[in-house]
Amino acid sequence: MDPLLIFIQGLNGLQLGVMLFLMAAGLTLVFGVMNLINLAHGSLYMMGAYLAATVQQRTGSFLLAVLLAIPLTTMLGMLVEVTALRRLYKRDHLDQVLATFALILFFNELVRIVWGPQAYFMAVPELFSGYFSILPGVSYPIFRLVIIGVGLAVALLLYLIVSRTRLGMLIRAGATNREMVGALGVNIQLLYTVVFGLGAALAGLAGIMAGPILSVEVGMGESIIILTFVVIVIGGIGSIRGALIASMLVGLADTFGRVLLPPALASMVIYVLMAGVLCWRPQGLFPAYG
Amino acid sequence: MLEVREIQTFYGGSQILFGMNFAVHAGEMVSLLGRNGMGKTTTVRSIMGLTPARAGAVYLDGIDITRAPPFRIAQSGVSLAPEDRQVFPTLTVRENLVATAARNHHGAAHDAWTIDRVMELFPILRHRQNHLGSQLSGGEQQMVAIGRALMTNPRLLILDEATEGLAPLVRREIWRCLNCLKESGLSILIIDKSVEVLMRIADRHYIVEKGRVVWSGGSHELAAHPEVLREYLGV
Repeated sequence: MDPLLIFIQGLNGLQLGVMLFLMAAGLTLVFGVMNLINLAHGSLYMMGAYLAATVQQRTGSFLLAVLLAIPLTTMLGMLVEVTALRRLYKRDHLDQVLATFALILFFNELVRIVWGPQAYFMAVPELFSGYFSILPGVSYPIFRLVIIGVGLAVALLLYLIVSRTRLGMLIRAGATNREMVGALGVNIQLLYTVVFGLGAALAGLAGIMAGPILSVEVGMGESIIILTFVVIVIGGIGSIRGALIASMLVGLADTFGRVLLPPALASMVIYVLMAGVLCWRPQGLFPAYG
Repeated sequence: MLEVREIQTFYGGSQILFGMNFAVHAGEMVSLLGRNGMGKTTTVRSIMGLTPARAGAVYLDGIDITRAPPFRIAQSGVSLAPEDRQVFPTLTVRENLVATAARNHHGAAHDAWTIDRVMELFPILRHRQNHLGSQLSGGEQQMVAIGRALMTNPRLLILDEATEGLAPLVRREIWRCLNCLKESGLSILIIDKSVEVLMRIADRHYIVEKGRVVWSGGSHELAAHPEVLREYLGV
């Protein structure tokens, strides 16, 4: 196989990987800290994309779309946490799956009512349109490079938050012993709302960046949420580091699978990868909490 | 300072406390004695709001905290070093101390607690700062649990089985520190099996039997009534 093609596909895999990471980071925190399976995480991704598409259409500015859609998605996430999800923490996982599946239906219907059934297309922002020649004769879309850069920057930022700040310590402490964190004077409910808001912000960011490369449409959240669950299971539930490594693995495996294998096999690659990892390490690559 | 009045607490359908009654005054060290399963830990859980009492009331400086959420009770100046220590396993020693530290409590006569002061109290921890909670020995974990509680700058420190399962030398170290804390004027409610030591350093004792207080008095009175210890503690 042409080394150039491998290189380009590697970048594509990386770009899919960072998108998955933005989704997986929030999902794994919520799952790890609150023990909540949130199928509706993909809905926040979709809402981020729709909000950004709307702002961009009205104002013509991608920057403004980012600046408005992220806080709006964050607030929406917190609203969902306070009104609905808060009641689910003590329920078992089946109840959580059912209730958050209902949220998916709710948000899909809401989008149909507000935006209609047709897909939206976001323009690639002018600043990042065009191609960048990485090597002589090899060019790659600038916007996709930006996605990779933003994703890696967010990964670094998240790593610093979780490992170096009080918020990060409380997130890790709360994941192993929430009762004790409360008994030492921390408002766990507020902490959960903040963590959920953080996850929603990341999902919104992923949705916004997906806007110009995919189509913004009802159901876009479902196609990414399944991959995201594969990522957090491979990475080890609750582990940011695991989410990062696993999202890169899944992004690359999926991309190369599609290039090298016949289509029927290609769509199975990540599941085979997941099964393999789980045989080897049932807790995932980086089990966060023993 | 703390007044527990006639509380009744249940786990689901089964009643554990049948009208617990006792008080801790400012600057006092008070012990709860009794065999396992008599409701001492449940009493602590009810004070902290972790398992709120269904009847009766808990007052902190005259304010009813019976049904307040645990974080509010902690913020108003009660701190717990719990049974089994419950150090956060995925946090380092330093992080365990810092994560929930707070200075918002009024009325502390002494200076605020800092990491350095905790390390002075427990010098071993200085060399363990970057170890994870899960990598510590039982004694070190206990020191972290006490230090973590102190870092919230409490007015009342509650210790549930602070020396259980520790080697004699480590126990002695813990007792020395608790004595220091008492001397500094901190109010302490302690649950422990070491009756002899408690009779030396605690001011008053309550003996708990089947969810209620059956005997209370000072150390001298307890020493004068060995039959009480025999009957309720089997020592």
